[in-house]
Amino acid sequence: MFCHVKLRPPTRKEIKDLRGKEDHPREVAEKEKMTDQAPPTPDKVSTEPFIRIIELHKWFGEFHVLKGINLSVNKGERIVICGPSGSGKSTLIRCINRLEEHQRGRIIVDNIELTNDIKNIEKIRVEVGMVFQHFNLFPHLTILENLTLGPIWVRKLPRPEAEDLARYYLEKVHIAEQAKKYPGQLSGGQQQRVAIARSLCMKPKVMLFDEPTSSLDPEMVKEVLDVIIQLAKEGMTMLVVSHEMGFAKSVAHRVLFMDFGQVLEENTPQEFFSNPRHERSKLFLSQILR
Amino acid sequence: MEDASITRQATEEVRPPVTNIGALGWVRQNLFSNPFNSLLTLLVAYGLYRIVPAFIKWAFINAVWWSDSQACNQAGGACWSVVTRNLRFILFGFYPYDQQWRPVFSLGLLAAVVVYSSFRRNWHKRLFIVWAGGLALIGLIMHGGIFGLPSVETEKWSGISLTLLLSIFGVAAAYPFGVILALGRRSRLPAIKTLCVVYIELIRGVPLISMLFMASVMFPLFLPEGITVNKILRAQVAIIMFTAAYIAEVVRGGLQATPRGQYEAAESLGLNYYLKMRLIILPQALKTVIPPTVSILISAFKDTSLVVIIGLFDLLRTTHVTLSNPEWMGFSTEAYLFTASIYFVGCFVMSNFGRRLEKKLKT
Repeated sequence: MFCHVKLRPPTRKEIKDLRGKEDHPREVAEKEKMTDQAPPTPDKVSTEPFIRIIELHKWFGEFHVLKGINLSVNKGERIVICGPSGSGKSTLIRCINRLEEHQRGRIIVDNIELTNDIKNIEKIRVEVGMVFQHFNLFPHLTILENLTLGPIWVRKLPRPEAEDLARYYLEKVHIAEQAKKYPGQLSGGQQQRVAIARSLCMKPKVMLFDEPTSSLDPEMVKEVLDVIIQLAKEGMTMLVVSHEMGFAKSVAHRVLFMDFGQVLEENTPQEFFSNPRHERSKLFLSQILR
Repeated sequence: MEDASITRQATEEVRPPVTNIGALGWVRQNLFSNPFNSLLTLLVAYGLYRIVPAFIKWAFINAVWWSDSQACNQAGGACWSVVTRNLRFILFGFYPYDQQWRPVFSLGLLAAVVVYSSFRRNWHKRLFIVWAGGLALIGLIMHGGIFGLPSVETEKWSGISLTLLLSIFGVAAAYPFGVILALGRRSRLPAIKTLCVVYIELIRGVPLISMLFMASVMFPLFLPEGITVNKILRAQVAIIMFTAAYIAEVVRGGLQATPRGQYEAAESLGLNYYLKMRLIILPQALKTVIPPTVSILISAFKDTSLVVIIGLFDLLRTTHVTLSNPEWMGFSTEAYLFTASIYFVGCFVMSNFGRRLEKKLKT
């Protein structure tokens, strides 16, 4: 079951080659179309891929969760991934910062290939922020300590600087007055905003959102989405696993529809929600849009 | 407009209903709430009536406190003289009589170290230095041979100083060792994991007495000739090894009870293994397992009395020796009550500290 393919990190030339191979005409055309549509504000989508996922396979025991995923995410690009539960969408983004180990294929983040080398994994994790469905704040630390922990211990910032940074981001997610409280004293929506601020304090180059609003009360979904939309406007690269349609329409450059461990459809949000191509996505949309 | 009135109504203060008023209400609710409880209350009251006055009469009113054994035999109550007359032997055993300020001083030092450790702001790496330094200083003072202090062989260390040294240093060393074992048992590296599993299961599979026997009888056989390891040190190591195995399992429970999301959140921030454990996982896991940890520490404290089996004179043993003196034979109730109360105070302090710590760390 352990089919690790030992791979050396790719050279620049190889990465270039791979890039060349994937930019086939249709995709390029589509990318241009997207920039034409100019959905949300300043669009700094570069053509330089920040994350490359090549023929990714993963098994949980005998169960084949991811079956040959190919995906490349450019700097500044925002992708929403949706699909029924068990389709492998969470697993996919969890592979990007190695919370799940992939067994075949390659993942290259910021020109660093994810292998078993723990140093590389930690380097990538510093650059990749993650927001979880269940927030996962540290309950024994105050909000401020939750935010300063990464900058102090990983980025090696002096404490006062880290606290300034934390206050700045708390302000940004509209929660500055809660800095001295513990996570347990906050509502779900507030906790999730703190979790977003905690990731931002690490100054990540890309943010992964794993169903950020799925465990929230309906009233609180908006306050969290607003923060993410704000972030999108500032040009953050992000991958979001979410079923929030309005949200996907307003921020995403691309929507990926996944099922059975495969990407079944890749489309612009407008096209995807009004005019899905794949049978499976039609069925899925008809069920969530009742 | 209507909205405002609705909110006002909702926030209007409503006090909880008062179900019991005054002492009579309390008695009624707590002692005589139904026929069965009333019966229990009466039975307990009768039991207390039979026992308490009699005990007070025996222990205080008819007791003799400072007499010799002759007077004790004539007295109708307790003979506390067995304790007061032999106090210094019970507490310090065979330690030279005129040097007994040294164990007193050592115990004071030990207490200072313990009190220092009980404050959360002192929980730094410095704590290890304080403990190591404390141990060294206590060893020097107890053993002597320098600073003009006459040397006292470790065979003569006995009584309460031996009990407290063995238990407090046993517990203090076993705790970090146990945490490391627990982490090792959850390690992904098979060699480390197997080693820890084998160690824990092996140690937990034998009684402490057999460990002490091994330490005192078998272990010296394996040493090259001419090299001896101090008997107290051997017992101390056996106690540490034994307690650590139990602590390891409790801590492992705490590690498993900590949600996976906490590990993932720590990892996704880029924390390495050491920082993840130190800053995120262990603080939560160790807090979760405070109650069972305190139980283990308490039982370790009491289990030090098993060192009598290898001929060390701890508190219980010195009490026993006192009672084997023909003059004081037959007053074992009083002597053992005294010893028991010392153990009780120790255990009570520990469990109280555990409870306070739980409250303080509650978030």
